[in-house]
Amino acid sequence: MSLFNSGKGRGKSWVPGILAAGLLFSVSCISAFAVDEPKVTAEVPSPLAAEPAQSEGGHPVPPRQQWSFAGPFGKYDRAQLQRGFQVFREVCSNCHSAKFLAFRNLADPGGPHFSEAQVKALAATYKVKDGPNDAGEMFERPGRPSDYFPWVFANPQAAVSALGALPPDMSVLAKARTYQRGFPLFLLDPIIQYQEHGADYIYALLNGYTHPDDPSWNEFMPGHKIGMPKPLSDGLVAYTDGAPQTAEQYAKDVTAYLMWMAEPKLEDRKKYGFRVIAFLIVFAGMLYFVKRRVWSDVHGH
Amino acid sequence: MATATIDAPTRRDFLFIATGAMGVVAAGSILWPLIDQMNPDASTLAAASTEVDIGNIAEGQIVTVKWRGKPVFIRHRTKKEITDSEAVPLSELRDPQTDQSRVQKPEWLVVIGICTHLGCVPIGHEGQYDGWFCPCHGSVYDTSGRIRQGPAPLNLAIPPYKFVSDTKLSIG
Amino acid sequence: MSGSSTYIPKSGLARWFESRLPIIGLIHSSFIVFPTPRNLNYWWTFGGILTFMLVAQIATGVVLVMHYTPEVTLAFASVEHIMRNVNYGWLIRYAHANGASMFFIAVYIHMLRGLYYGSYKAPREVLWIIGVIIYLLMMATGFMGYVLPWGQMSFWGATVITSLFSAIPFVGDTITTWLWGGFAVDNPTLNRFFSLHYLLPFMIAGVVVLHIWALHVPGSNNPAGLDVKTPKDTLPFHPYFTIKDGFGLACFLIFFSWFVFYVPNYLGHADNYIEANPMQTPAHIVPEWYYLPFYAILRSIPSKLGGVIAMFGAILVFAFLPWLDTSRVRSAAYRPVYRFFFWVFVACVLLLGYIGSRPPEGGAVLAGRLLTAYYFIYFLVILPLIGLFETPRELPASIADAVLGKQGAVSTEAVTH
Repeated sequence: MSLFNSGKGRGKSWVPGILAAGLLFSVSCISAFAVDEPKVTAEVPSPLAAEPAQSEGGHPVPPRQQWSFAGPFGKYDRAQLQRGFQVFREVCSNCHSAKFLAFRNLADPGGPHFSEAQVKALAATYKVKDGPNDAGEMFERPGRPSDYFPWVFANPQAAVSALGALPPDMSVLAKARTYQRGFPLFLLDPIIQYQEHGADYIYALLNGYTHPDDPSWNEFMPGHKIGMPKPLSDGLVAYTDGAPQTAEQYAKDVTAYLMWMAEPKLEDRKKYGFRVIAFLIVFAGMLYFVKRRVWSDVHGH
Repeated sequence: MATATIDAPTRRDFLFIATGAMGVVAAGSILWPLIDQMNPDASTLAAASTEVDIGNIAEGQIVTVKWRGKPVFIRHRTKKEITDSEAVPLSELRDPQTDQSRVQKPEWLVVIGICTHLGCVPIGHEGQYDGWFCPCHGSVYDTSGRIRQGPAPLNLAIPPYKFVSDTKLSIG
Repeated sequence: MSGSSTYIPKSGLARWFESRLPIIGLIHSSFIVFPTPRNLNYWWTFGGILTFMLVAQIATGVVLVMHYTPEVTLAFASVEHIMRNVNYGWLIRYAHANGASMFFIAVYIHMLRGLYYGSYKAPREVLWIIGVIIYLLMMATGFMGYVLPWGQMSFWGATVITSLFSAIPFVGDTITTWLWGGFAVDNPTLNRFFSLHYLLPFMIAGVVVLHIWALHVPGSNNPAGLDVKTPKDTLPFHPYFTIKDGFGLACFLIFFSWFVFYVPNYLGHADNYIEANPMQTPAHIVPEWYYLPFYAILRSIPSKLGGVIAMFGAILVFAFLPWLDTSRVRSAAYRPVYRFFFWVFVACVLLLGYIGSRPPEGGAVLAGRLLTAYYFIYFLVILPLIGLFETPRELPASIADAVLGKQGAVSTEAVTH
């Protein structure tokens, strides 16, 4: 205990000691997380270079990336989410749906956090089907913030007939994709809080078109056959904030954006998590001392 | 035990009380999300405004539209209805309000169609004042939606609304 | 202090009430003064933790139902609605989903504690069998709950598990069709699973009352496995064990919170974030982790009916444990041979769980069969035999002795023999 208390001279108060132990626990997790990072990225400096590590099933393992939303204090990078939304809107949404995304979500704190006015203007650029009106007919009207993001296709069948396959809905895609970590890493993941498997996989996949002569070959797709042609290329989307306009940057931004779409309450979750666990560590410490007091007369006999 | 009551609060007491207080905080923090989840959710709060085309509502006609899950009456009032409403002295009213304070444009009356007694939907062009008549318990409203007879205590409520143009009304 | 002291109402109102419904007296004798062996260790706090988890699951579940829609075209979307729109919906859903896993973690620890310390032996056989029934009800509840989000794993898990019943000779297909309410897992299946998922926890709560009732007849077993002989062996439940359980629960909640707030999807499966599609099976179907050992046993038997029998047999064999274990000594602390085979058994179950999570190919199949063999040999051969041949270590004379023996010289003179 004295190790934690020495600086401030708080004396024999044990509460800060318990709290410090809890913090130390959290910090050790973060450091475990941080230490793990360079080691892996050092193995595979760029997704395009070098041969990716193979998992036991023979699938290449997506290299781990640095994400601002990883770890116990992770937060989304607003600018990145806004750029990611731009990529999503200009590229992905030409085929993919995002049926659980409402325009209003784009103004939510903990997300891209566009202004209300921006969202209103954006929604109005989309046509939304509504009705029936008094004449009993369906009609189109400009979108409102409360509307959900419309899909370019009328239904899945229309998408299949136009594209040859059904592009998956993107609302929760980043949580619906993963890869096998294998033994014993999977036991380590909950401790180091590694849960960005989906984001790493999607980022690797977007950069995984490594056979230029075969457009349907992807390094990271299970089976290597992918229905989606390489969607991103340098200069495709015009960023206004000075970020590099490269395919890799687009991939990174849109992946972060997809993670937000899949887990829009992530920032709240981690924020509450820290408070709850810190509270519980203090509470458990107090209960422990109460327990010792209650039992002291028994052990003393 | 007998000596403990004489002494000032001991460390033991403090520990027990503080731990108990922490327990109360913990229970409250667990309960709050379970209670707050019953409040209107984000999608309900967002879908709050309705736009209505009032261009083809004839004079004397009442149109009912849905706003926040409730009926809203839009009444295109006739000249007579307007003058009748404006002529009522405030002393005759249970819930005194001038007609002018209840409308933005005299020819358009917009009220929430929920009887202020127990929440039934009143019927238009009925009752002694040709305003509304509530079939549940017989409350009678005039052409300004004000309570005139029956058990209801208040006038029909006015929702927030604005005229987007001469023929477009936005409620909410 | 300990013993069967009765509650004496202090006020007139309490007397009036108590003479009409003696519930306060019941609570007082069951949870306040109830004589509890003084040597219970922290493994005994899991009974209280399980009670808390049952209440927590019912509370979060009732709240989730306020927003969930059990209809195949809306179920997945309504879960996402909870995650995105409902106030604290993400918290409540993650607490409920991870709570199921925590419930099973706690129940497995509770069961292992019972196995280790011989809590199933006379006179606690009925208590133990009621526990097995609770475990079966929990498995059914957990399985049906996992179907409700209507993701790919929900759908295909439901398909695989209900198809188990088609292995029954002659009537299997009829039973499966009856379970489905159609010719495949579909809307009627989802609706009835929802109904039963809501019902079963309340049945569990009822059986838990029986479990506690049966516990309070002989009283708790203890790490020494000795019967309570004198009042010196026990302490009143309150405050000694309420506070000990409270501390255990707070520690458990830290563990629980870690999952809910930091790795909420770790114990789930990514495929369940893809809406159910009856036309497309995921590459690799696995049940929730808590069924994996039994799933491995199912796959180890190269016959459909045989696999199903082995799987259900692996669970039901627990009910016969009081008679399969022939040793008169309860606690493994005094049974060195039993202890060795017990830990091998624990390792065997963990390995079965791992194999259940792997695709059934290569060495995993052989390993699965060997482990399945050990699983049954442990119950049916090893347990009956060690009871006959093992020489147990010398038992302490009483619980008080067992405690003081551990504590050493500090306090010997205070106890009279």
